[in-house]
Amino acid sequence: MEWTAPVEAHAGKVRELTIGYEEKVSKVGGESILPLHFFDEGFSPNPPRFALEVWDTEPEGWAEWVLEPFGDAVRDPVEWGRKCVDFGADLVCLKLVSSDPAGKDASPDEAASLTRRVVEAIAVPLIVYGSGDEKKDAQVLPRVAEVCQGLNLLLGPLVKENHEEIGRAALLHGHSLIAQSPLDINLMKELNVGLCKFAPPERIVIDPLSSPLGYGMEYTFTIMERTKQAGVISKDAMTQMPIIADLGTECWKTKEARASKEQGLAWEGITALSLLLAGANILVLRHPETLRALKELIS
Amino acid sequence: MPIKGTDVAKKLPQRKGCKDCGFPTCFAFAMKLASGGATVDKCPYLSEEIRAELEDALAPPIKLVTVGSGEGALKIGNEEVIYRHEKTFAHAPGIAVLISDKEDEGGVEDKIAKMKELQFERVGLTLRADLFALKFQSGEKAKYEALVKKVCDAGDAGIILISEDLGALFAARDICAGRNPLLYPITKDNLEQAIPLIKQSPTPVGVKAESVEALIPLTSRLKEEGIEELVLDPGSGNFLEVLRDQTLIRRAALKQNFRPLGYPTIVFPCFLAGDGLEEILTASMCVIKFAGIIVLSDLKKDSLLPLLVQRLNIYTDPRMPLAIEQGVYEVGQPKDEAPVLVTSNWSLTYFLVSSATEESKVHAFVCVKDTEGLGVVTGWGAGKFSGDSVGAFIKKSGIEERVKHRKLVIPGKVARIKGELEEALPGWEIVVGPREAGELPGFLPALARSLTGG
Repeated sequence: MEWTAPVEAHAGKVRELTIGYEEKVSKVGGESILPLHFFDEGFSPNPPRFALEVWDTEPEGWAEWVLEPFGDAVRDPVEWGRKCVDFGADLVCLKLVSSDPAGKDASPDEAASLTRRVVEAIAVPLIVYGSGDEKKDAQVLPRVAEVCQGLNLLLGPLVKENHEEIGRAALLHGHSLIAQSPLDINLMKELNVGLCKFAPPERIVIDPLSSPLGYGMEYTFTIMERTKQAGVISKDAMTQMPIIADLGTECWKTKEARASKEQGLAWEGITALSLLLAGANILVLRHPETLRALKELIS
Repeated sequence: MPIKGTDVAKKLPQRKGCKDCGFPTCFAFAMKLASGGATVDKCPYLSEEIRAELEDALAPPIKLVTVGSGEGALKIGNEEVIYRHEKTFAHAPGIAVLISDKEDEGGVEDKIAKMKELQFERVGLTLRADLFALKFQSGEKAKYEALVKKVCDAGDAGIILISEDLGALFAARDICAGRNPLLYPITKDNLEQAIPLIKQSPTPVGVKAESVEALIPLTSRLKEEGIEELVLDPGSGNFLEVLRDQTLIRRAALKQNFRPLGYPTIVFPCFLAGDGLEEILTASMCVIKFAGIIVLSDLKKDSLLPLLVQRLNIYTDPRMPLAIEQGVYEVGQPKDEAPVLVTSNWSLTYFLVSSATEESKVHAFVCVKDTEGLGVVTGWGAGKFSGDSVGAFIKKSGIEERVKHRKLVIPGKVARIKGELEEALPGWEIVVGPREAGELPGFLPALARSLTGG
């Protein structure tokens, strides 16, 4: 019986975005196919990028199998970042945990000078996440943007309440933005519409919030899958930005990931691979072994 | 459905008013047929030829195949969508564990035991692997048959028989035909020889070829012989080929309505991947990308649980919030001095609350109020977590008989129901708990101490 393989071609494409400066650059997005669908017609100029997270302060209460690969480097964000690069990370994701007002409440200046030290010391581009406190982030991230002028960080999270303040400062100093919305495709588009009033869409990455396996992963999965399809298939301009899945932190909070090393790696790895298949262009992980296995598989 | 009711009607005899099918007119019957609510055999006036044609046209685009029998029966196929958000994935893939007859006794016993032992309770469901895949590798048929018998005796899990040697394959089939095993692999080289043997005692058949396209003549030939309980293996050689082949098969069945590829599939991460983590990750890709059966090299507690949870996540109906039953749940072994918490019945909320309570090392009662699967705040917004309704629930929940104290912890995000709840529950003190479940470990121990101390 005659059969023609149902190969598909789509009209839309994800915007391509560059992170980093000089020789330390990484491009994300740019694809016109669905994730890893290399058999379809279209292009995918950049593979999914894997970041490892680095905290600006020594973490407490992490499982030993998460700390072990980094050794003493977890006491020094610069050393920790260098280790991530040694482990093959495409990007490093610095989390400004200590700026959280509910925690150490470190000042914007402290956060900014640390970020500057890290970005200069490591050989790959840098993603920076604030503490997630919308008011404090609006003080910290503009200062980080200013001090790291021209180093083209990927900076966030920008949420509905603070996107203008952070967004304008970040763009002024030559950075790209992470637009974060709570697991809802309409809120995501609203935020992007708001940002696009003053920001070029090719400077935006979408973060729809990443829930870990067993704790709502399927919601993130489906939102990412729908976002990607709306962008690539339906050419919806407000969903054509690359997607970031910041999943390591949430995965390793689960009691399952903390129960044993093997289970933790599978927990993080399955969450990451699921979200990659849904459409994530950047995956932020915590454990280098998860990173190695994922890179190996999709190469 | 690929065929419209109006097209079905054209094929019917249009006998006015016979109503032998139980419907007032041929047209009404046709509409019912097209929507899957009736079967063609209800009309006694169809020619053999038309009936076969209609049955074929009305069949689901991916055949529903059953492997195994009784309690251990696994149903796969009959999927209607490519992406879960289009509707829902219907039949979750079976997870199988490979056992070779070359493995030593201890290894075999261990895998059989793990199939029984590795069962996990989650959201009121029991998660477990489904099948044994038994591979003939020793060259000694007696040894293979002994393995098949041992596995049959051990429980009701489904069975996949894997043997290149047809003699060994069908001898094993004869031992366990009543268990409806899947026979694998049927290939272009053994197809003609196998057909009469399959027909002697029909059970499902795993068809293997070196590509998706090469499966087509094989499944077409088997269908001619009336053998349609098929499972496909396009011989994918690595992770990306699995993704490609599974996607093309699913699209062929659903978008092209191409019958020769309208069957569920089997994938073997056990033969594809490097280390244990890569194997389980490959399997997790197969869960999302359409596999009907996924064969693993071993069952390990620490990698099986994540895979089963992922299967549960991906195969939940995206249109329905996942809810758990209303009631009082125990975390640990709470006594009459234990803290009492109330939360909504979205299973994620419940999970977060119960696992954070567990982490606090405090024995407690978690009262789960039916909010139709909404979270606490949305539930409150929808009027399903109001002070009045929570109060009424607490009264009839029976918790008052189980604790001596009268302190109820409510989620911090709905602190506003405190007053209303105090009115609805005279004698109770309403304690506003943390806003996030993750903060319970910092909150509960002190509360527990105050309850036992005072």
